[in-house]
Order: sequence, then structure tokens, then C-alpha cells
Amino acid sequence: MSTATPSTNVLKAADFASDQDPRWCPGCGDYAILAQTKKVLAKIGADRSKTVFISGIGCSSRFPSYMNTYGFHSIHGRAPTLVTGLKLAQPELNVWMVTGDGDALSIGGNHLIHMIRRNVDVKILLFNNRIYGLTKGQYSPTSEHGKKTKSTPMGSPDMPVRPISIAIAAEASFAARAVDIDVKHLEYVLERAAKHKGSAFVEIYQNCNIFNDGAFEYATDKLTKSDTTLYLEHGKPLIFGKELDKGIRVHGMNPEIVRVKGTNDPQGPSLSSSPADDLLIHDEKAENPSLAFMLSRMRHPDFPEPLGVFRAVDQERYAQLVRNQSVDAVERLGKGDLQTLLRGSETWTV
Amino acid sequence: MSTVIESAETDGASGSPKPRKTLPAVTIRFAGDSGDGMQLAGTQFTDTSALLGNDISTLPDFPAEIRAPAGTLAGVSGYQIHFSSNDIFTPGDEVDALVAMNPAALRTNLKSVKIGGIVIVNEDSFSAVDLKKAQYTANPLEDGTLGRYRLVKVPIDKLNAAATADTGLGAKDTDRCKNMFALGLVYWLYGRPLDATLGYINKKFAKKPQVASANTKALQAGYNFGITTELFQEHYEVPKAKLASGLYRKITGNEAVALGMVAAAHLSGKELIYCSYPITPASDILHELSARKNFGVMTFQAEDEIAAMGAAIGVAFGGSLAATGTSGPGLALKGEAIGLAVMTELPVVIVNVQRGGPSTGLPTKTEQADLLQAMFGRNGECPVPILAATSASDCFSALIEAFTIATKYMTPVLFLSDGYIANGAEPWLVPDVDELPKIVIHHPTAANDEGGFMPYKRNEDGARPWALPGTPGLEHRIGGLEKQDVTGNVSYDPANHEHMIHLRAQKVAEIKPAGSAYLWNGPQSGDVLLVGWGSTYGAIRAAVQQLTEEGVSVASCQIRYLNPLPEQLGEMMKRFKHVLAPEMNLGQLRMLLRAKFLIDVQGLNKVRGQPFTISEITRGVHALLRGNLNGHMVSVNDGPAPQIEAINDEG
Ligand code: SF4
Repeated sequence: MSTATPSTNVLKAADFASDQDPRWCPGCGDYAILAQTKKVLAKIGADRSKTVFISGIGCSSRFPSYMNTYGFHSIHGRAPTLVTGLKLAQPELNVWMVTGDGDALSIGGNHLIHMIRRNVDVKILLFNNRIYGLTKGQYSPTSEHGKKTKSTPMGSPDMPVRPISIAIAAEASFAARAVDIDVKHLEYVLERAAKHKGSAFVEIYQNCNIFNDGAFEYATDKLTKSDTTLYLEHGKPLIFGKELDKGIRVHGMNPEIVRVKGTNDPQGPSLSSSPADDLLIHDEKAENPSLAFMLSRMRHPDFPEPLGVFRAVDQERYAQLVRNQSVDAVERLGKGDLQTLLRGSETWTV
Repeated sequence: MSTVIESAETDGASGSPKPRKTLPAVTIRFAGDSGDGMQLAGTQFTDTSALLGNDISTLPDFPAEIRAPAGTLAGVSGYQIHFSSNDIFTPGDEVDALVAMNPAALRTNLKSVKIGGIVIVNEDSFSAVDLKKAQYTANPLEDGTLGRYRLVKVPIDKLNAAATADTGLGAKDTDRCKNMFALGLVYWLYGRPLDATLGYINKKFAKKPQVASANTKALQAGYNFGITTELFQEHYEVPKAKLASGLYRKITGNEAVALGMVAAAHLSGKELIYCSYPITPASDILHELSARKNFGVMTFQAEDEIAAMGAAIGVAFGGSLAATGTSGPGLALKGEAIGLAVMTELPVVIVNVQRGGPSTGLPTKTEQADLLQAMFGRNGECPVPILAATSASDCFSALIEAFTIATKYMTPVLFLSDGYIANGAEPWLVPDVDELPKIVIHHPTAANDEGGFMPYKRNEDGARPWALPGTPGLEHRIGGLEKQDVTGNVSYDPANHEHMIHLRAQKVAEIKPAGSAYLWNGPQSGDVLLVGWGSTYGAIRAAVQQLTEEGVSVASCQIRYLNPLPEQLGEMMKRFKHVLAPEMNLGQLRMLLRAKFLIDVQGLNKVRGQPFTISEITRGVHALLRGNLNGHMVSVNDGPAPQIEAINDEG
């Protein structure tokens, strides 16, 4: 018997919801990400039966339970390992990995790096809320230095990692950043990730309103966000500010903020005047990841934080490379004959 | 016996044929520095003897260091071969002939040589410096140390150099042919032909004709030296063994595991993906499988042990045959993920080639101390079926059985081997592929319940359906959180949790073996039953044979399925006055048997990185019958206490 599911391209966002009600805290940023993901899946015409969500442990990792696709809620930090195995077995599946800052960058940091450097074909949604939510409020590897939490009453002595810097250091073929409540842009980034072939790493600023409320307020507040964030567009200069009057120029090996020529808004003393064509032009397709890495180091409050696609390049995908070897082996040696193999090279008869 | 054939400094060329004596079985050992090529000499001798039709059993023994300082005790590498005209089950208790390439090799290996045995030494390597490296204060070739042996001093360095002088190679290269000289000499001593090794040399060095020629000359020179020297008055032959008729090959345990995996892929009509992280002594399985890509086998060298297990779970979720291989420390790292496979009820075969522990322990030595880790080494009530292979060749069928169990019952399966059978070789009657049992696997394509697809609705074996991503209509979610029965939804309900724990336990407890649950030797009742598991099979079985000949009433039961244990085992043990469990640990099976069957099983325990000898077991049985087993555990040396020697023979 074959149960014909509805033809895939007529599915609406709601068709991707499972019968389990989300159990995140009311007001959690996870809801917005869930909604946009379902929307994007509908938009790209995803086939539910060929879509798999895999997660580790943490608030974000509940995600697969709420999707009416195949799903695997695995163990802390190890989702990348399951993803890699699943893609080796079934390379054509559309696999999404949902993880958090603790899951992906602390306990699972090793696996994340190796999955990305192999360019396993997976969309990685890293919900960064700079805190441990599920275990109730300890600092995470992305928490700010000095952050006071339950486990750091005197402030965190750790220096934070920058998720996109890690991804790019591992030669991610796709790296992007979005913000949970900036839903239009989030949808754009998710769609770009969905269409990428290879490891597509997306850092999503996600508000944990219970344990770290307002961690990204600077990037979401209407009054400040145009000065604290910068939307990356391929082939366009890096410009930001309410009046689009500021830009980023590369000086030596470093970015610097400059006033865009022709704008007359008086700027702070740190800004030097610069002709617009000195501005850094974003090139997400650059083979050399150095500029993307530099962008990943631009941090509030010294710089506006870039949002959008940092890097999107074509690279060979892992499962294909592995499988190509099998094809090559058959071509070179012929399809293996088990009886011959069991016999081996030296035999004798009794 | 104290025959000493002293070197007469002769190059005697009488040419008259020496008498040839027939022996039923012989054990020899090549020992030298790690760089001396002893492993190669050993495997070549093994191959040749196997091709001649002897039964064989081998024991490679090498240091953990790749290259310990040359000439030191730590750097000694050895290879023992037992070859016979009868069925044999072990690499031999005592060595009949030892080849020692330097003083360190002599020092660490001499105690294995039987009194009156042949000791061939490379006398060119016994300079004062060499002796010092081996911590000899006097030259053992001269101070009577070897008085109880038939010492044969051969100037191997010089003879090898002369034989290879005209090959155009430098001294450093020709010196590396010494092992072939020694091998050639031993070939002559035991009447073996050179062809197989000559073939090997020519193939291996096809692109380096000078090296091929040097090795060939060294091998022939060694053989001819045997003919002409007066150091040997006779030589020997060991006739063919009367094995069951058929086509044979030589196989090691790791090779058999790898072949079992390829066969499992074939028998199930599936691809197999082996996910592993390099670790001694399991890495050869990864090497072997990575060369079989034209057999529907893929390998994934993971970033660590955990990743290897996680990837295997991903593979199983995706519907291919999933396996991982490791050794004890790696199994510890995999524990949490094995629990995930238990919770999600996915088929993964986990091979643990045990080695000496704890921690890094003795990486290149054998041990059986991971049984309790295999049983209990995970959080929560986490039952995993366990199979243990009893010999190198048994690894093949046991591995196929492991996949049969894993896929039939939807469960991870632990497969236990150890360093001894992983690296040891024996003859293997090559099976006929058409006669191997198929592995039948079913993947649902339609809902299994009126309410839709229920991922935790079980069949009569207690197994849940293996529905694969990509199948329309069967979308479902699984994971490590407790499952509601039938639906598989996350559930924190206390009664459901207890129910699920029972279901998982029951499923494993009721597994029916896919092969022999145990191997029995001897009568069904009597004075002593030896109960063992895994690689001790050969020594236990041989001990039963010997003891029976001595008139002792004894039988043995080697358990292959350790979880669940054979139910009937309790009744069977009760039919014997004593039950003794020889193990290379401090009594792990014994603990399980006592707990499950409430029988006072005694222990015979050895944890020295070396397999049991036959006599250690026969002595243990005699001690038991004399009533002087010391508590529940005895040292294997029930005679004199084990001597704590000043030398560190394990490197
Ligand atoms: S604890 Fe924080 S991250 Fe977790 S569900 Fe609640 S709000 Fe969201």
C-alpha cells in the first residue's frame, strides 16, 4: 500500500506542524524561528517525507518534535555526528540541524567544526541566546566576558566565542546571521540556507526572555538597530545607520567606520570622511574567507554587527565525495564478488 | 635435558643430507627488535605452514611504542607460531625453538622456551653495548645461562651481509634482510619450502628489483646455511593436519570481523557504513573495510569515538547497516550514544576489540576485562545484547549473527573480541556464500495503526518498525527522551517510564540466538565444568582434552551469547561438582553467573596481557580438585609464586 501524501508543492506552513504543542516559554524567540522555518519549507516546496530535523539537547533542540517531518532529538552536542551518518546513508535527504550556543559550541564544538570542514550537506540553525536556558541560567560559550549568571555570580571569567568565526575558521561554505524577531530578514536568510548545497551555518540571535532577556536588545530596538547592525548584500557596499550615512572601509587588516561621502549628518569624531567607492563591497562568493572572517569579528559596541549572508561558495559535498569513491572503486576493480573476497589470496585444499 | 650444541665455528660443507625427524607439532617464536621485521618473518612462516596443510595458531606480541630505542627490552617484538599435524586450539604453551635476534629478545623470551629447546641467536649482536641495553651484566652465551637449552650461535649479521653483498644496496638496506636469513634457516629446520615467501618478496618489491634480490638471497642463504652447517645434526618435519576437507585460508580475528561486515551487507542486500576512530587493536578492521569500497561498503573515519557512534546511529536511522569498532577506552566514550541507540531502538553493531586496561593500559596486549562495561557501562537501565567470538575464524559468523540480532530485534549489539584473536591467525574453512543465512529486513511503507504510523508499536519479537526517512506518510520523530509506548511521543509519565524500561529489558532478555549460544566439550555431568567466554576457548578446550586423557572428569562450556545468558546454563552447571571460570580479568563472568544462577562458581584469573596457556588451566583444575584454590581466585601459578623479575618484558 502506498499512502500518497499531498503533492509537496501545495503544502502550507501549517502542514509542517506536528501534533505536539511547543513547550517553550511564552515569549521565547524560538517561536518566531519555528514559524519562519515552516514558512520557508512551504515556500521552497519541501517534501515532508524527505525532510529531517536533527537536534541535540537544549531548549532549541525541542524543535524536531514540533515539525511534521522526520526528526531525531539526539543527545547533547552530538547532532552533527548523526547528521553525518544519515547523510552518508541517504545523501538526497533534506537535513536540518537545530542547535544552541551550548550544544553546538561547548559540548559539541568538536563535532560542529568537523561536520562543517567536511561540508556535510545540512542546514545548521544555531539559536544563540548567550545563556543555558534548559538548565536554568548558567553562562554559555557566547556569554559576554564578565556576565553575571547563576554559575558566575562574580562575572564570567571566560572570553566568548564568535559562532560565525568558528564556522568560517572551519571553512564553512555558507555562513549567515539573522535575528529572531526580524522575521522578513530571517525568512530571507533561511531560504538562502535552504537552497545552499553543503554545510549552511546560520547563527540566529534568539532572545531567552526568561534567563537572558534583552541580550540582543541593541540589535532589535527600533531606536538603535540601524546603528548597531548592518545588512550584508552581495556586491553592495557596507553601509549602515538611520540615514545610511555610515560605511565600513578596510584599513590595513582592520575594518573602520567612515562617513559616507555626501551625507551631511554630523558624525562623531571617530569618523573620517571617505568617498563612497572606498567602502568595502561585500563579496559572499569570495574564495578566500578572510574578509568574511573579518566581518564575523565586528562586534557591538565597537562596530555594527553584520546580518545576512557572510559567505556562500560552492564546494564538494561530503557524502558525494565518499560515494564517488565507491563508484570509482567499482569502475576500477569491478563489483566485488564476496566468494572471491572470502577466499582471499592464498588458499589450500585439504 | 642439557644438550648444548656449541658452535664449532665451522662452515662445514659436508653436503651429506641430515636425518629428518617427524614431529606431531612444534611451537616456534621469532623475537627481535621492533625494526627487525619479526612480524613479517612470523606471518611468512605462518602462511607457508598453512599452505603446507598444518593446523596453525599464532600469537603476535609487539610493543605499544612504534619504535622503542633499538636493542632495548622495551623494543622487543615477537611472533609465536604453533603448527601441527593435529587439531590445535592455542598458539602453544612452550616454545620448541626461539630465534633471538639480539640480547634483549633473548632475555624477554627465554622463559617461554622449553627445557632442551632450540635457541638460535644472532651472535653478531651480542657486543658489550648490546648486552648493556638488555641489562645483562654478563654474556648469556658464555656464562651458562643457556646451559639447559640447545644453543645455536649463528653470525647472522655477517652471513647476511656476505649473501647480499653483490646486490648493489648499501649496508643499511642489506642489513634489513636479516629477518629473511633467519626465516630461511628456520624454513630449513622444519622442512618448509621457500616458494610462498619468494612469491611474496617478488610481488612486494616488484618495483625495487635490488631489494627483491637482496631479500631473496638472504632467504636462500639462510636455508643453505641450514644444509651445510654442522650446528644442526638433524632437522624436522611436521606433516599435514587432518582437518575437515575443503578449501582453507589463513585468517585473523580482525580480518574475519571485516569480512563478516562485508558478508552482512551482501546477505541483507544493504550498504554497510563502518564508522570508526583509529584505536589499537581495532584499527585493522577500518583499514580492511576501507579497501572494500567496491563491495557496497563505506567507511567513515570520525573525529572521535563519540562521533563514530553518533554517525553509526545516523546511518542506522537512514536504513543502512551501521557498525562501529573500537577498544575499551573507546567503548567508554561511546557509552552515552549507545544509550541513545537503546532508547531509539536502532540497529548498530559495536565491535570492541578488548585490550589491557584500565585507562590506556596495555594497548597492544590482550585482556577480557570489558565484559561488565559491555553489560552495564551506561546510564540508566540500558540492556544491550552481547556476543563474544571464541576464535579468530568465529569472528566471521559471530559478526553476521550480531547483525541478524540487531536488525531483527532493533537494538544495538555489542560484539566482543580481544587483542589475542584480533591479531592471531588460524586456518579457516572458507564458507560457501550461498550457504550463509540471509539477513531478512523489513522496512514498512504504510501506516501500522488506524491512528497512523506508530514508531513504537512492536512486533512479536518486541521490535519496533524500522521506518526510513524518505518514506511518504511515515514521518515520525525519535530521540533520547523517554517515549510513550506505541506512539513514541515524548512522555514523562512515571508508569509509562517503568513500562518502557520493562519492555526494553524484556526484548533483550528474550532474544533467541542466531547461532550457537555456547560451545560444549565433554560429558554432560561430572566433577568439573570449565565455563569460559571469548578467546579462552582454545586453551580451555585443549585443557579439557588433556585432563580427560589424564582421567579427570571434566567438561567445558564456552559462552558466545553473554547477554542474554543461555537460560539452561544454570541447570547444566548444577550437574557438576565444581564450576571453574578461567578469565583474563578478575572474575567478571563469574560475577554474572553467580548473580544470575546463585551457583558458587570459582575463578581462575590471569591478567597479564597474555592468553592462558593450556597448562595454566590444567594446573588450575588440579588445584581446584586438591582443594587448594585460594579463595575464589587463584593465581595461575599455583606452583611457585609468580616471579617478579627485574626486567620489564612488556615494554
Ligand atoms: S528558557 Fe529561554 S530559551 Fe528556553 S524556552 Fe524559555 S525563553 Fe526560550
